[in-house]
Amino acid sequence: MNISKLKKNIVLKNGTILDPYNNTEKKGDIHIENGKIKSVGKISAPKTSETIDCKNLIITHGFFDIHVHFREPGREDKEDLNSGSLAALAGGFTRVCTMPNTDPPIDSPESIRYIVDRSEECPIHIHPIGSITKSQEGKEITEMGAMIAEGALAFSDDGLPINDSGVMYNALEYSYMFDVPIINHAEDDCLKRDGLMHEGKVSTHLGLPASPDITESNMVFRDLELSILTGARLHVPHVSSAKSISHIKSMKKKNDKITVEVTPHHLFFSDEDLYTFDTNLKVAPPIRTKKDRKAIIDAIKNGIIDCIATDHAPHTIEEKEGTFDMAPFGMIGLESCFGAASKVLINDNAMDQMSLVKLLTANPRKILGLDQNLFKEGTEAEIAIYDPKLEWKFSLENIYSKSKNSPFLGREMKGKIKSTIVKGHITSID
Amino acid sequence: MKNIHLLGLKDYPEDDIQTIIDTGFRFKEVLDRPIKKVPSLQGKTIVNLFFENSTRTRISFELAQKRLSADTVNFSASTSSLKKGETFKDTVQNIEAMKIDAVVMRHPTPGSPLQLTKYIDAIVINAGDGTHEHPTQAILDMMSLHEKFGYLKGLKVGIVGDISHSRVALSNIYGLQTMGAEVTLCGPSTLIPSFAEDLGVNVNYDINEVIEWADALNVLRIQRERMDGGLLPSIREYRNLFGISEQRLSEHKKEIVIMHPGPMNRGVEIDSVVADSDQAIILDQVLNGVASRMAILYLLLGGKSDKESD
Repeated sequence: MNISKLKKNIVLKNGTILDPYNNTEKKGDIHIENGKIKSVGKISAPKTSETIDCKNLIITHGFFDIHVHFREPGREDKEDLNSGSLAALAGGFTRVCTMPNTDPPIDSPESIRYIVDRSEECPIHIHPIGSITKSQEGKEITEMGAMIAEGALAFSDDGLPINDSGVMYNALEYSYMFDVPIINHAEDDCLKRDGLMHEGKVSTHLGLPASPDITESNMVFRDLELSILTGARLHVPHVSSAKSISHIKSMKKKNDKITVEVTPHHLFFSDEDLYTFDTNLKVAPPIRTKKDRKAIIDAIKNGIIDCIATDHAPHTIEEKEGTFDMAPFGMIGLESCFGAASKVLINDNAMDQMSLVKLLTANPRKILGLDQNLFKEGTEAEIAIYDPKLEWKFSLENIYSKSKNSPFLGREMKGKIKSTIVKGHITSID
Repeated sequence: MKNIHLLGLKDYPEDDIQTIIDTGFRFKEVLDRPIKKVPSLQGKTIVNLFFENSTRTRISFELAQKRLSADTVNFSASTSSLKKGETFKDTVQNIEAMKIDAVVMRHPTPGSPLQLTKYIDAIVINAGDGTHEHPTQAILDMMSLHEKFGYLKGLKVGIVGDISHSRVALSNIYGLQTMGAEVTLCGPSTLIPSFAEDLGVNVNYDINEVIEWADALNVLRIQRERMDGGLLPSIREYRNLFGISEQRLSEHKKEIVIMHPGPMNRGVEIDSVVADSDQAIILDQVLNGVASRMAILYLLLGGKSDKESD
C-alpha cells in the first residue's frame, strides 16, 4: 500500500464512472483539481495533469462504513484511529463511523470532541457514534444534544443491547427531536444466556451452548414497534436472521425512518463453517443458517436492507487463539468487505455493480444525513477505484489492521479495490 | 485406522470402530491373565492432560497405558492456572516440547481437541470436551453392548437424562448410528436439544414407552447444577418422571440391560437396587473401558505387535 499526496491536477482516465447518487454508469474521465472534483465525464484538464489509467476499472464514490470499532481510546493494542484508517483505505473506504464501546466509552461531548480532533490527523474521515446511555450501562441517556453539536452522527451502545425497554423508549423519544438514528445491538440477554453460536443443527452437532434466532428478532421487533410509536429514526445493525428480516419488511411500511445494515460475514458464511471451531467466526450476532443467509441476500435484492457495514472488530491473536468459550466475539472486516460482498452478491447472485455500490456509498450516507452528491464540482474528491473482475485470495498481506482475526483468510474473492482517494491523497493498494 | 487422532465419533468410519471393539476384546483377555501387561507401547510417551476433574476416565486411561508398557505423565491443569495468564496454547506447546507421542485430553470447552491438533504434532485422543464428545466412553459402551448382545446392528438403545449437556450422549448417538443401532432419547424437554431430531434419533418423553421399546438403557447422571439453572424444578420431579427405579422396571415384563457411564447419583437417576442388579452391566463397562482404551492407544500409536517386540 502506497499513500501519496495528490498533484494539483489529476485525471482518472478511461474508467467506467459509476455515480450512485445520479444513478448513472458511463465511460469517461474525472478531473480532480486541488483535491476537489473539477469535472466528470468529458473533461478539459491542463496538459500537465498527471493521468491515472483506469482502463477496465470502475470509478465510484468512496465507501462509507457506518459500523467499525477502532478501539481508541483504551485498546490501542488491537487498533487505533490511524491503523483502522489504513484498513479502511485498503477496503476503498474514505469515511467510517466508530462505535463508542471504547475504554472509557464515548458517552460525553468531551469524548466526542476527542475523536473528532484525533481524526483530523488521520487519512480518512471519521465520525464518532456516541453512547445511548452513560457508561453504556443501559440506564440513563447521554447528553445527545451536546454530543451532536460536537460531531456525533448517531447513538449506540453497540456490543451491549439496551435490555430495558423503558430506556429504549426514552432514548428513541428523546432522539426524535434531533432526528438522528438510534442503533441498538439487538440480542436479548435473557434468551442469549451463555450462547456462543446460533442454535440449530450445527450447534447440536458441536455441543456448543447456543441461542435461538429469536434472541435477535425478538428485540428487533421491540425496537421496530418503539420506533413506530415514537416516530424516531431507528437503524438496525448487523441483521442476521430471516425472522428479523420478516419483521423489518412489514414495519418499514409504517415508519420510513427505519434503516437496516448487514455485514459481509453474514452474507458470506453459514453456521456450517463453524464445524472447524474457528474462533474468528465467533461473532455477535452469530453466523446463522444457509436459510437465514438466503433471506438476507433476498432482502438486499428487494431493497429491504439499506447498506453494508463491516462491524470491523479487531481482537488480538492471543485472545482469538484461546478456546472457543474464552475468545471474544468479533472479526475484522474492512479489507475483505468489497471482495467478499461482490463475490456473494455479484458473482454468485447476479446483482449489478450499481446496486452493490449504493449499499456502500449513497445509502449509508443518506442514513446518517451526509451529502450524497459526491461528483458535483467543488466537492472534496472521495473516490474508490476497483477492478470488478479480479479474482484473488484473501491473505495476511491484504490486512492493514493491527489485528488479524479474519475468517476470510484463504477465501476466494472477486472484485478488488485498486485505489482510494480522500483528504487530498491517493492510496494505491497492491 | 483412517484418522490419525480420535477427536470424536461424528463421521468416524464403521470399520475402524469395529476394529477397535475387536481389538478391545483381545486386550480384555490380557486383563484376565495373571500378568496383565504387554510390551506393545514400550518406549512411547503419553501425557494425560486434564483441564477438568476426572477420576475414572483418567485412571482408566492410565491403567490402559501402563498395561501397554507406555511411559505416562499426568498433568492436571486447573482452569484457574490458565486464568493466571498462561494460555491453552502455551500449556500444550510446553508439554509437546518435552517430546511426547500422544496427548489424552479432557477439557471443558467443545472443540479444544481439534484446536490442540493445530498447535502440536502428537496424536490427540479426546477424553471429553465439554458438552461436545467423549468418544472413548461411547466406544466402551458399544463394546459392552456388543459383549452382551453379540451384535450392534438393529439394537435399540435408549439414552435417558440430561442429553443437552452430555458428551456421552452425543458420542453414543454418532457411534451407535454408524454401527446400525437405533437410538431414542428420553429426558425432560429442557434437557433435550431443540434440534435433537436433526441428529437422526427418536425423542420420547415417556420413559415407560422407552423401556417397552429398548433393548438397553444408557442412564446419564443428573447434575444438581441443572436445578440452579432453572432447567429442572426438583430432583423429586425428575425421579418421578424419569428415574430408573426397581418398581418402574418391574412393571415391564421384559428385562432390559442397564448401563451408566458413572459417576452415579444413586436414588436420583437410578436406584441402588437396579444399579447392583444382574441386568446392570455397569461394572463390565468399567473393565471394558480399560480394554477398549488399550485398543485405541495401541491402534493409534502404531505399537508393535507382541511378536515383533519379543
